[in-house]
Amino acid sequence: MKLINKSHVAKKMPARLAVNTICKGLFFLATLVGLLVLAILFYRIFTQGIGSLNVDFLQNFASRKPEEAGIKAALIGSIWLMVVVAPVSLLLGVGTAIYLEEYARKNWITTFIKVNISNLAGVPSIVFGLLGLTVFVRALALDRSILAAGLTMSLLVLPVIIVAAQEAIRAVPRDLREASFGMGATKWQTILKVVLPAAIPGILTGGILALSRAIGETAPLVVVGIPMFIAFLPQTVMDTFTVLPMQIYNWTSRPQEEFQQVAAAGIIVLLILLIFMNSIAVIIRNKFQKRY
Amino acid sequence: MNMTLTREKESPAIEIDNVGSAALTEKVYETSNLNLWYGENHALKNINLDMHQNEVTAIIGPSGCGKSTYIKTLNRMIELVPDVKTTGQIKYRNRNILDQSYKVEDLRTQVGMVFQKPNPFPKSIYENVVYGPKIHGIKNKKILDEIVEKSLKGAAIWDEVKDRLHENAYGLSGGQQQRLCIARCLAIEPDVILMDEPTSALDPISTLKIEELVQELKKDFSIIIVTHNMQQAARISDRTAFFLNGEVIEYSDTNTIFSNPNDKRTEDYITGRFG
Repeated sequence: MKLINKSHVAKKMPARLAVNTICKGLFFLATLVGLLVLAILFYRIFTQGIGSLNVDFLQNFASRKPEEAGIKAALIGSIWLMVVVAPVSLLLGVGTAIYLEEYARKNWITTFIKVNISNLAGVPSIVFGLLGLTVFVRALALDRSILAAGLTMSLLVLPVIIVAAQEAIRAVPRDLREASFGMGATKWQTILKVVLPAAIPGILTGGILALSRAIGETAPLVVVGIPMFIAFLPQTVMDTFTVLPMQIYNWTSRPQEEFQQVAAAGIIVLLILLIFMNSIAVIIRNKFQKRY
Repeated sequence: MNMTLTREKESPAIEIDNVGSAALTEKVYETSNLNLWYGENHALKNINLDMHQNEVTAIIGPSGCGKSTYIKTLNRMIELVPDVKTTGQIKYRNRNILDQSYKVEDLRTQVGMVFQKPNPFPKSIYENVVYGPKIHGIKNKKILDEIVEKSLKGAAIWDEVKDRLHENAYGLSGGQQQRLCIARCLAIEPDVILMDEPTSALDPISTLKIEELVQELKKDFSIIIVTHNMQQAARISDRTAFFLNGEVIEYSDTNTIFSNPNDKRTEDYITGRFG
């Protein structure tokens, strides 16, 4: 005796297939919403900003007159910021991840720490701004310098980098570690020669995403007190500076129509910088994936 | 009750064996009263085993009997598992390796290991073989080249890979990968080689090649092999230990175990009545 009635199965078949098609359509629509918004954004920004985007725009300092306003100080400032944030956050983040995944004992304290690192990733950026103001600007008397702002930004993106690096390290197969330990390698040799090379693509993906967030953040820098209008270039990390999103914010809050166009041009520069950073990450990642 | 009886039966078997053909060989491992717990789970119960130089010692038994756990204590790989506790002694060349002052890195340069699943590094064949020597601080390119050739020849894979030493090891077949892993192990010039079911993931032809290789290797190394394949143990080993539920039921030379076992349970296992 058969337990499955084949004619019943056949009767249900068209409905099952129809649900399958409908679901595919729904998810395609969901994707379309995002794509559409992105397309409108690009269209608006480019039609508005392309007119103001020229070599002068990149070479001029900010100005009261929209036709003379340029992005030089903010662009260089953003690059300076990355010079501080990238090494500080990557070294601290990857170091923490290595310690938590490879060295720390698995007990309730490390579990507690890991959970809270994930929680920190969700703390609003303005809170990190207040922390930076209290600790770096005031207590350590770094003033409104690149260093103070950079350290604040590093703290902001650190949790994201730690979590990404932890996941990348955890994904390295256990038998590769065993092979290394089995030949008498120390823990550090195993980490350096086996774990990190295999984890680097994942670490970089998370790291670049975090740095992209840092380059677009404004709120913590407003709280730290970074000026929006500056007409000189910083010489050291102790100088004050401004960054692209602050400059863009400054322009958009002006009443004159021309400044809106300048702001759009600034956004284009910021987008290009972001794409540039992401492509560096992709190149490094592909290089390592070829070898490993 | 049964336990005590078995052990009394077992010890004379070893003594008799020692008087026999292998009496002159030196002991590399002497395990006495070894107990091991995973948390609350008593996985190894009062193990007493001696292993001899230039011999192949096979460890057989059904799944979950503790044979893999035991071989992993021999190079302390078991410490990678959290919450493991041991009592008793394992002497390697007369030094207790369970003593924490014995550095595992030191032990593992003497005792190499081949794993169940071939686990080459995602690097070139050459880089795989020189990994061990390099971490031990050997930098001389000429010496490294010689080590590569000697090790790959030792693992009977040289002819197959000599023209593509700098290609990724992942391009090799499973059997070749496992022989590469053996070569990688030979490259650190160990004294003992531990093999944890080295052929369980391989096809019959690759298995045969590894078995032939083990016969070759025992001239220069002492080999301890865990296998769930009884025919394999019978074919390649000099002595066999039968594990069941974390205990050594019987340990003697392979011929005795397979033709005239002392214990009823050994006989049942070997004749395929369980396991």
